[in-house]
Amino acid sequence: MDLRNTWDKWPDANGRFGEFGGRYVAETLMPLVLELEAEYRKARQDPAFAAEMQDLWTHYVGRPSPLYFAERLTGHFGGAKIYFKRDELNHTGAHKINNCLGQVLLARRMGKKRIIAETGAGQHGVATATICARFGLECVVFMGETDVERQKPNVFRMRLLGAKIVPVSSGTGTLKDAMNEALRDWVTNVETTFYCIGTAAGPHPYPEIVRDFQSVIGREARAQILEREGRLPDAVMACIGGGSNAIGLFHPFIDDEGVRLIGVEAAGHGIGTGMHAAALNGGRPGILHGNRTYLLQTEDGQIIDAHSISAGLDYPGIGPEHAFLRDVGRAEYLSCTDDEALAAFQLCTRLEGIIPALEPAHAIARVGEVAKDLGRTGLMILNLCGRGDKDVFSVAKALGVDV
Amino acid sequence: MGRTRIEGAFARARGENRAVLVAYLMAGDPDLETSYAALCALRDNGADIIELGAPFTDPMADGAAIQKAGLRALANGTKLTDVIALAARFREEDQTTPLILMGYANPVHSMGYETFADAASKAGIDGSIIVDLPPEEDAPLRELYTQRGLSVIRLATPTTDEHRAAKVSEGASGFIYFVAVTGVTGAGSADPAAIAGQVAMVKRVSGLPVCVGFGVKSGAQAAEMAKIADGVVVGSAFVEKAGDAHATGRFKAAAPAMGALARELRAAIDSVRKA
Repeated sequence: MDLRNTWDKWPDANGRFGEFGGRYVAETLMPLVLELEAEYRKARQDPAFAAEMQDLWTHYVGRPSPLYFAERLTGHFGGAKIYFKRDELNHTGAHKINNCLGQVLLARRMGKKRIIAETGAGQHGVATATICARFGLECVVFMGETDVERQKPNVFRMRLLGAKIVPVSSGTGTLKDAMNEALRDWVTNVETTFYCIGTAAGPHPYPEIVRDFQSVIGREARAQILEREGRLPDAVMACIGGGSNAIGLFHPFIDDEGVRLIGVEAAGHGIGTGMHAAALNGGRPGILHGNRTYLLQTEDGQIIDAHSISAGLDYPGIGPEHAFLRDVGRAEYLSCTDDEALAAFQLCTRLEGIIPALEPAHAIARVGEVAKDLGRTGLMILNLCGRGDKDVFSVAKALGVDV
Repeated sequence: MGRTRIEGAFARARGENRAVLVAYLMAGDPDLETSYAALCALRDNGADIIELGAPFTDPMADGAAIQKAGLRALANGTKLTDVIALAARFREEDQTTPLILMGYANPVHSMGYETFADAASKAGIDGSIIVDLPPEEDAPLRELYTQRGLSVIRLATPTTDEHRAAKVSEGASGFIYFVAVTGVTGAGSADPAAIAGQVAMVKRVSGLPVCVGFGVKSGAQAAEMAKIADGVVVGSAFVEKAGDAHATGRFKAAAPAMGALARELRAAIDSVRKA
């Protein structure tokens, strides 16, 4: 399939990336989902919308984020030159704010005064609460009980920012359950409420909207590497939960056939154990949370709870565009276990003086193999999509250290 | 093809100048044997149409009562194939009462739309309400249903304007399920006066009977809804009876309790004879 010529048509008019995506929502939400799409099309044509976003990206978020040559990590593996796209340096410490900013600006255009969000690691919740504080909007964040417990610093941060946290006890109390509860709230308060979805999933047009807002990562990275190295990279890598940071990095490189797009899923205790969050490597297509995509599910179509040490990757699905990229063979998807991520977390911290979040630590864990595969003349970019401050306590616990 | 069972149920009620009672139960809650007894009790006590809930792990449009019912059904191993088998068992005894399967897309998608349509048709199921398959997404299933005489029952809601009502009506059959409140099942209660105009609009645009549900629990509420619609759907209130049986361990109490509720609701509906 020649993506160079055909890519722009995805998603199609029905919100599909090939066989994936769509709008699988309750009828109550359909008019709103259609209205959101219409409003987004208008906003995209509006120079004032772009200008407001650009201004806040520059002066509030701190974009562009640097492209950093990870010299010691490169030396450690002895292969391709490894660059980090430093999205962990954004305001609030992760890539999530790129998308929150865009969606909240859309919500304001639509006259919605109440913003709801789901969060796993708490990064999307913090970013949403931050933007809501900035614009004086009511913010309600749904978070699984398990995640409230393991991400306490972010819970407090959100409360400081004025957000209301709703702990969700259904299911296993993780991201999937938080998303169910957010959808229930949205159905109930559809007139007043804007649902700010944190990842490149959910019903159309969310996967497209989130991708477009996050594509600032790849656009910057592409320009920066051309300036630094005078050529495109051989590979770009990112971790994948729902896949928003990865699609944001990948998308501007999709037409560059020589650039390998590599995503890394969370393999938890190992894909063979069934205790993982690798929807592409260990799931099959199904329908959940508004879209058709790869899901962890039983033979009978019941959703299986994901497992990952990283709350941000602990989700049984994946954005529909990744499902499509994998099926057409344009992107590769690897996986990484909890233990490998913990080792990579420590390696990066020691060698580069950068404490990564556990999420990008999954990508760091696979970067050595790819770097060796590409060889010393190779060039690659890894998206360091979040910083690890929030994970310090759970890493200490996993390492058996009492802090 | 002659009259469908669903059309028959509405025709009988029309003949008696009354609205139909649509009762919902979650298959497999607290177990399949109890569900079978409940199906019979509902039918014997005046339910005109029965919605058979198929459990799903992530019921995003359901409130606490039906969420818990689904989890109880899943905990004892209820699969979609069991729900279909339960319908088939009921259909052996009863060739009249329409059975509608109500659930979410993934278990049906997982089984395969065609396999499901064949199995449902063979079991004597009359149609389905798949909450997360709006008109934009149900075309593959719709085609299979049409070939087999099954009904695609669509939802209309307080957010449905006349333009959207036309979309919802396209390819719909059986009846339209009007969701009385913006919200999840079992939450809040609707004001019949506030939705009466919209219900009439949906009926005019679709040319189909309209049943109103969500938040209808008591006889008094059912009677009010019966004045403005062709049918009244009650779900969570029945499901709570199964929940009580589960909590006390007295499963045999569930079917009589559900039957008694159906009788009460039906009497209330019958008290509102239409002109």
